[in-house]
Amino acid sequence: MANSSQAMEPSEEVLKDLHFRMVRIRHFEEEAGKLMEQGKSPGALHLYIGEEAVASGVMVHLSDQDQITSTHRGHGHLVAKGGEFKKMYAELYGRETGYNKGRGGSMHISNVDAGMLGANGIVAAGPPIAVGAAFSNKYLARIEGRDSMNVAVPFFGDGATNEGAFHEAANMAAIWKLPVVFICENNGFGEFTRQEDHQAISDIADRAAGYGMPGVICDGMDAVAVWEAAGEAIERARSGGGPTLVECKTYRYVDHVGLRGIGLNYRTDEELEEWKKRDPIEQHEKRLVEMGVMTEDEIQAVHDAVMADITESIEFAENSPLPDPADLLNDVYTPTAAS
Amino acid sequence: MTAAEAPAGRQLVYTLAITEGVRQALQEEPLAFMAGEDVAGAGSVFGIYRGLLDEFGPDRVIDTPISESGIIGLAVGAGATGLKPIVDIMFMDFIGECMDEIVNQLAKMRYMFGGKATLPVTVLTMSGAGMNLAAQHSQSLEAWLCHTPGLKVVMPATAYDVKGAIITAAREPNPVFVVMCKGLMALPGEVPEEPYTLPIGKAVVRREGDSLTIVAHGRMIHEATKAADILEGEGVSAEVIDPLWLQPLDTETIINSVSKTHNALVVHEAVRFGGVGAEIAAQIAELAFDYLDAPVGRVAAPFSPVPFSPVLEQTYVPNAERIAAEARQILGTG
Ligand SMILES: Cc1ncc(C[n+]2csc(CCOP(=O)(O)OP(=O)(O)O)c2C)c(N)n1
Ligand SMILES: [Mg+2]
Repeated sequence: MANSSQAMEPSEEVLKDLHFRMVRIRHFEEEAGKLMEQGKSPGALHLYIGEEAVASGVMVHLSDQDQITSTHRGHGHLVAKGGEFKKMYAELYGRETGYNKGRGGSMHISNVDAGMLGANGIVAAGPPIAVGAAFSNKYLARIEGRDSMNVAVPFFGDGATNEGAFHEAANMAAIWKLPVVFICENNGFGEFTRQEDHQAISDIADRAAGYGMPGVICDGMDAVAVWEAAGEAIERARSGGGPTLVECKTYRYVDHVGLRGIGLNYRTDEELEEWKKRDPIEQHEKRLVEMGVMTEDEIQAVHDAVMADITESIEFAENSPLPDPADLLNDVYTPTAAS
Repeated sequence: MTAAEAPAGRQLVYTLAITEGVRQALQEEPLAFMAGEDVAGAGSVFGIYRGLLDEFGPDRVIDTPISESGIIGLAVGAGATGLKPIVDIMFMDFIGECMDEIVNQLAKMRYMFGGKATLPVTVLTMSGAGMNLAAQHSQSLEAWLCHTPGLKVVMPATAYDVKGAIITAAREPNPVFVVMCKGLMALPGEVPEEPYTLPIGKAVVRREGDSLTIVAHGRMIHEATKAADILEGEGVSAEVIDPLWLQPLDTETIINSVSKTHNALVVHEAVRFGGVGAEIAAQIAELAFDYLDAPVGRVAAPFSPVPFSPVLEQTYVPNAERIAAEARQILGTG
């Protein structure tokens, strides 16, 4: 990774990197949402629009050897972890060329080679799996004689912290001082239920105290704030200091599923507009220009390049082969080695 | 649509029949309440409980946190202490989250306590594939439940049956799982306005015939009926039986039919290995062996998770063509 996360201030390179990742997510998701509504991308897509700063701010600190677990709202995590658009759109289209060979789709999209252990259709399934990955990281560092460990980062929502699985994972990570950084994307809702109606606390970071780990709150609409909070926690985890719970306060711009969703009246336009005033990409672009890191033209060029990649990738997906039904039973099991 | 406006033989779609079943169960029993994820404010992600919060208020129609184990535990504790819980587990796949509460608590408490506890609990959940929702939102896991003594399991495949099943379950002093089919949500059917129940453990003969018995449940009832149409065009008269209740199972109706037709084909959407169809086929082999002209056939899902890609999912889920093809095999006409 280009940056040193110990630096107090992000380098220009990091600032540009954060921007690039956020722009890739935003455009990927907007186009994916359209494809779903046009009936081209089958099934259900849970979009990450509005929450881009979280995945981007965390992922800048991670290498392909560090793992993440994701959620039903997983495209943003994979994009930020370097996901290739071609393989992503092909997966959403259910094509053989997709990351999961069309077997998983949006809710299971993964890239194990880059440490992306899958989106997940089961709320709160990620944290225990990340604990397992962190256990593995600590174990392997020990037998390989390394001081620095790979880190496992579960992403999960506010709603997910009401599942037992989250609590069991937090406790295990804490007692064994595992290299885990729990990233809670608190967007204020579990589906259509407000946080205040599904839990009696407003800061999920408070839950860390119950497990004896640090709990940190950061502005999930500000990529630099996420970068800072996550960076400190990830460094601590890497060097054997144990887990941290980082709560990122954010908001999803679109409905629970798809762009327009099912038209339920569970939040106001005013609330949405308030959050949009702090749009993570606009805020960051303003900062880049003010700091003289990028010009408006350079910023526009990033958007254009990302859009060109998307257009090409959707075309690739549409022209990709479908899976062969004869292969339906492949990959249920790993072949047993001949003895 | 209000019930009063509907003509005789009034039609409701499956989703509205669900709503009406729960509404009437809550109306007739002040100790009944409904709880689940997004069942109140949102009226469920499937829209099946819309209006219930307005009618019964937040003390009786309750949004829970995303805590399936907590939801079933709530039903066990409240049910054992005098209330009549009706709880919702959004997608059947999520019962994995609460299997201990289901299998070790809900199902067994009465027996373990020497008959001293009663668990009048209704669990509503949505099963089935066909909507490209992939491996964790498409399963048919009814066999897990049927294997557990202490539970009753009904899998209604018509608007009439889903309303009746809910009211029956709500009045029943035992835990009942009403396993609904998401692929049938828009299916219309005749639904009487007044509350009614279904006889527990009684199968329905969906179509009479004399040369083959097709036993199918859930959404596959409709595919089996279509298969029977295809076969009719080929001069084969198939009887279609919907067990409706998988636990307790109406062995008698199935055996009587096979004794008449001498051939049996069992169909379901769940994975074939260890599915409910395996039990049905075994019972036919045990009790009607002498009547059979051919081995019992089975059509069900292959042994893999439900694939996402539509082209694979279509191959995965059984359909009328495959049922008809298997029927021809059994009858030696294929
Ligand atoms: C075990 C389980 N229960 C319920 C669901 C249905 N469901 C999907 S997403 C969701 C809300 C999750 O809320 P949160 O964790 O805050 O994530 P967000 O959608 O806000 O990103 C629910 C209830 C599920 N997929 N898995
Ligand atoms: Mg949320």
